[in-house]
Amino acid sequence: MSSELTRMTAAELSAALSSKEVSATEVTQAHLDRIAAVDGRVHAFLHVAADRALAQAKVIDAERQQGTVRSPLAGVPIAVKDVFTTTGMPTTCGSRILEGWHPPYDATITTRLKQAGAIIVGKTNMDEFAMGSSTENSAYGPSHNPWNLDKIPGGSSGGSAAAVAAYEAPLAIGTDTGGSIRQPAAVCGIVGTKPTYGGSSRYGVVAFASSLDTPGPFGRTVLDAALLHETISGHDPCDSTSIDAPVPPVVAAAREADVSGMRIGVVTELSGEGYQPGVLSRFAEAVELLEQLGAKVTEVSCPHFKYALPAYYLIAPSECSSNLARFDAMRYGLRTGDDGTRDAEEVMALTREAGFGAEVKRRIILGTYALSSGYYDAYYGKAQQVRTLIIRDFDAAFGQVDVLVSPSTPTTAFGIGERADDPMAMYLADLCTIPSDLAGNAAISVPCGLAPEDGLPVGLQVMAPVLADDRLYRVAAAAEAAFTGRWGHPLLAEAKGL
Amino acid sequence: MTTDTLVPFGAALERYEPVIGLETHVELGTRTKMFCGCITTFGAEPNSQVCPVCLGLPGSLPVMNRTAIEYTIRIGLALNCTIASWCRFARKNYFYPDMPKDFQISQYDEPLCTNGYLDVTVGDQTVRVGIERVHMEEDTGKSLHVGGVTGRIHGAEYSLVDYNRAGIPLVEIVTKPIAGTGAAAPEVARAYVTELRDLVRALGVSDVRMEEGSLRCDVNTSIAPRGSTRWGTRTETKNVNSLRSVERAVLFEIQRQAAVLDAGGRVIQETRHFHEDTGSTTSGRSKEEAQDYRYFPEPDLVPVAPPADWVAQIRAALPEAPSARRARLQAAWELSDLDMAALSNAGALDLVAQTVAAGASPADARKWWLGELARRANDAGLELTALNITPAQVARIAQLVADGVLTDRLAREVIDAVLDGQGDPDQIVAARGLAVVSDEGALNAAIDEAIAANPDAAAKVREGKAAAAGPLVGAVMKATRGKADAARVRELILARLTG
Repeated sequence: MSSELTRMTAAELSAALSSKEVSATEVTQAHLDRIAAVDGRVHAFLHVAADRALAQAKVIDAERQQGTVRSPLAGVPIAVKDVFTTTGMPTTCGSRILEGWHPPYDATITTRLKQAGAIIVGKTNMDEFAMGSSTENSAYGPSHNPWNLDKIPGGSSGGSAAAVAAYEAPLAIGTDTGGSIRQPAAVCGIVGTKPTYGGSSRYGVVAFASSLDTPGPFGRTVLDAALLHETISGHDPCDSTSIDAPVPPVVAAAREADVSGMRIGVVTELSGEGYQPGVLSRFAEAVELLEQLGAKVTEVSCPHFKYALPAYYLIAPSECSSNLARFDAMRYGLRTGDDGTRDAEEVMALTREAGFGAEVKRRIILGTYALSSGYYDAYYGKAQQVRTLIIRDFDAAFGQVDVLVSPSTPTTAFGIGERADDPMAMYLADLCTIPSDLAGNAAISVPCGLAPEDGLPVGLQVMAPVLADDRLYRVAAAAEAAFTGRWGHPLLAEAKGL
Repeated sequence: MTTDTLVPFGAALERYEPVIGLETHVELGTRTKMFCGCITTFGAEPNSQVCPVCLGLPGSLPVMNRTAIEYTIRIGLALNCTIASWCRFARKNYFYPDMPKDFQISQYDEPLCTNGYLDVTVGDQTVRVGIERVHMEEDTGKSLHVGGVTGRIHGAEYSLVDYNRAGIPLVEIVTKPIAGTGAAAPEVARAYVTELRDLVRALGVSDVRMEEGSLRCDVNTSIAPRGSTRWGTRTETKNVNSLRSVERAVLFEIQRQAAVLDAGGRVIQETRHFHEDTGSTTSGRSKEEAQDYRYFPEPDLVPVAPPADWVAQIRAALPEAPSARRARLQAAWELSDLDMAALSNAGALDLVAQTVAAGASPADARKWWLGELARRANDAGLELTALNITPAQVARIAQLVADGVLTDRLAREVIDAVLDGQGDPDQIVAARGLAVVSDEGALNAAIDEAIAANPDAAAKVREGKAAAAGPLVGAVMKATRGKADAARVRELILARLTG
């Protein structure tokens, strides 16, 4: 029974909990057991909150006995990326500089999950301050891909993706700044969504790049992702950039799963040289499939997408250089060199030297340079102009089609250590995902098969206009249903890493 | 600390022309902070008015206080500025322990209010001070450096930081360069800050107490040789915490810079600190090695776009400007410029206005506040407003004198009693039996006695020397224990002896 519970989707668990076939305590214990059994090899978690999770499950069970059900996710376990503040649990952002920090407040999304009755089983590993595409930049060691433990699980939300793919939790929360949800979802063979920027609150999300950071859901199915998407979305008065508009009907769209008559555009610029052949062939099959399901497929050019990566690597580091200034040893976190002989400035410098990893330092320096007097216009200013051009590309494209599609990543999961010393190669992992971060529109990654050459999962990316997140789920659910029918089982059933 | 050589002010002005500029920070009197719900009461227990947002904890985000925007627009409109229809906030990046986020949310190239002016009066001349911009920013925490001699961070044994002030909304009001005022430059600087303080107070957006730091001033000064078409290098003097200091700082910098130029040196662009005790300035950090603040638009806030009808509403609700009010009152009270200036300088304008409103004549109201009451305040080391007497009570005393119930001397006794908390003037007059003796019978008896007791004086008065009546009046006043009207007594004595 216990191992069966961890194989169930969130929707299935929700139904089983509703009919009282199982209790939240049993579901939670099953997942804690699974974590205990496999996380030594996966290392998806930085902190497992077993006691808290079981206590919370007990509360949910008691409520259900009295006929109170908070939400469809009441009693369903969830893993939370260690970038969200959580009372009663540490929040490290994968960094030494925040080791042992216990935030005194909950992120809005943490609060919403608690209110929905979801059981937070722990905090997941991540690239330090969400900077990276492999979790290798975590100060606490990398996570491993459940398909092949020698491969990266993607990043920066790699711990969350690995936890879901390894059946340690049916759901997880991540953040997407340049692809940090979609890329790990793609390489771990699961579903991950970057909602419309402002659709999910950033309050309590330790900032990497404020104008890009977008919290979003992971699930093993499109419907699960939609259920979580709906739970965490909606206006938050504590976040000035939060959109005060109704949440798009994502769950309904996932259930309808109908693409007949939809206009789908294949982005010309997101294919070709540099893409793994197996990725391109699986992507081509996915497009064919959508056409067979009744969608009208055309090719659409977005000429400025080729400038997205360089623009991103000016905007994101610029914002990060400012956002990460607060880690100065004065109020919380690491303090190094405070032996009574050094002044505040020296202690700040020594702490930052000791507390930040190489990639974080690289980006702080890049961003500091890009914002410097005399360079601002040429770098940050120019990058913002490029951003506007990319938004216009999207606007023009969405004038012709309802959604855009592309591969989620240029390649499948690469080996741990393979790109660790080559930042540029690492940055290319986000080539397909960055445009939607810069434009702030919604995008999803859904599994579309295994690359023949390495047997690793390939993701199909679907992109929709701002606040049209429901279209993602309509297309992804249709593709998922057709693929699963063709394969005879969910893709993840083929994962053999554990 | 080296002692600077100074050129006497007059000599400096013969050779150099000063240009000044003022940057004034006003703490807005909003109930809560600029980006969070923490309250802003001054003087609370350190670090008791803080939350994740104003402490800059990881993950926290700012949300704009609408009242702070409204107050800033009020100031901008009162300073005849243009109000931006769309503007953004920016981050000013620098490291300092009292900056919770190690950046300050401020405004950079898109201030909320621009291009206004404020007219100030110095002597009989009116100077129009141009306002470059009025922008919003958040205040920092407050550092207390313990140990060491300077009270600054360098040399301190340790420092304590109070974040109660962090995130309190500030407005920075920056003037355009003020040129052509010559020897009046120090006075113009002081008059500008005074006028600005009164204006902001009248707007009800801040309590503008320099001693509590809710109004802080940086003074920019430069000088250039007379006839030069280029301005000199400016210094920025900080820590100027009183109106008098504003004047002294300009005065000192002109004299110091003149000495530097006279000696063939060049003025260094730098921050200087003002010292209240000596009235001098000393070098702070040099602007030439200034930090690069790496301003960029604040991505955590949405742009501010005040709708035109809202701005129009705020404009319509503006109170009368202090300068306009002064002109109106001066005309109504028929006061000379000098008398009006005295009233303003004594901080008695509102008190006199309220006393007049309570029924006193402007002349009486002015006489009591600037005379007797100013003396009491001065003796007690208090502001006039802090005296334990209301304008209504002063008006009543003036009325009692006008009615002949009290003499000036008795009125002073009543004032003493009111200040002492013994009640209203009428209660005190009744309780002490202070009313003037106006019973002619009783007075005549006293006069008879006085004449009998002072035959020499009486004889002189009979001979036509009216001035000799003094001792007789004095005797009557003594007999009535001061409760008679001396003028009336004098009239009666003269009538009796010469009539």
